[in-house]
Amino acid sequence: MNAVSCPECEANIGLDPSVETGEILVCPDCGVDLEVIGLDPVKVELAPKEQEDWGE
Amino acid sequence: MSKRPRIGVLYSRVRVEEKWIFAALDRRGIDYERLDDRLVHFDLDNPEPWRQYDAVLERTISYTNGLYACRIFNIWGIPTVNTAAVAEACGDKLITTALLAQANVPQPNSRVAFTPESALETIETMGYPVVLKPVVGSWGRLLAKVNDRDSAEAILEHKSVLGSVQHSVFYIQEYIEKPGRDIRSVVVGDKVITALYRKSPHWITNTARGGEGELCPVTPELEELSLKAAQAVGGGVLAVDVIEDPKRGLLVNEVNHTMEFHTLQPLSGIDIGDAIVGYTLEAAVKMGVEAGA
Repeated sequence: MNAVSCPECEANIGLDPSVETGEILVCPDCGVDLEVIGLDPVKVELAPKEQEDWGE
Repeated sequence: MSKRPRIGVLYSRVRVEEKWIFAALDRRGIDYERLDDRLVHFDLDNPEPWRQYDAVLERTISYTNGLYACRIFNIWGIPTVNTAAVAEACGDKLITTALLAQANVPQPNSRVAFTPESALETIETMGYPVVLKPVVGSWGRLLAKVNDRDSAEAILEHKSVLGSVQHSVFYIQEYIEKPGRDIRSVVVGDKVITALYRKSPHWITNTARGGEGELCPVTPELEELSLKAAQAVGGGVLAVDVIEDPKRGLLVNEVNHTMEFHTLQPLSGIDIGDAIVGYTLEAAVKMGVEAGA
């Protein structure tokens, strides 16, 4: 299984094999939202902050 | 000569809903492209690069980005799901309410004022409690249940001083004492494909705010109301939020044009992602291509 390090708290996060670019992960340790920005190798960064017009 | 349709999917984040939609497109063998709204750009003098798409499925997380993209596509004659007109009708609660009223769809009484003073006067006329809602917004954000004049004055002042200009359009809705839940029904074209109870001890029952889902039977009454509401805003792929008023029965609270269904799809066992893809292909077919898959 792939794993990445949380850029906020450095926790080791295991990844599902079906993970996709653009997917949002939640760090199980610190709870921050992370966006997958690359797959080979898997890279994550802090996800954009929620905006006022976001939703459905 | 007919050709197989090519679909664009405009998105911001790959949520589980987008994963299900992409999986449905893959299963059907559809030719499609993922279009990240943070990366796309339009030359308004040159629609040609975009004419490769027979339809665009709009799944952006930003109402503004999705609305403007659909406006561009629709002006260029490229069908979108949903259309820009439907996005505008659903994304702005004031417009939704006006269209539902015009179509005689039962809904809570709502009023609009443009100054804190006239909003306060309106609230006093309606009686407490009322709910103040931003005209544009989702996920239950910035909803305020106003229980008395003191809180009305405070909230109206905060909205007018701290909010954007849009927060000075005061949308005031009658508060409905609902039974700890509301209903979300899913309309695809002319069918209600499933429905969900959203339960919460809090008066805001959005699942985005912690509300829990439970399958809701699609009664003839719910079906008729949902289809009527969907038609009133222009029709398409829509989630209709319904409140059960103990006195008046079912009332439509809002209609959503880029629905989330992460709770509903596993609960219902219905492949909502695939239903959305099917509807998008129909939109493409209407433009004269053949939906081969």
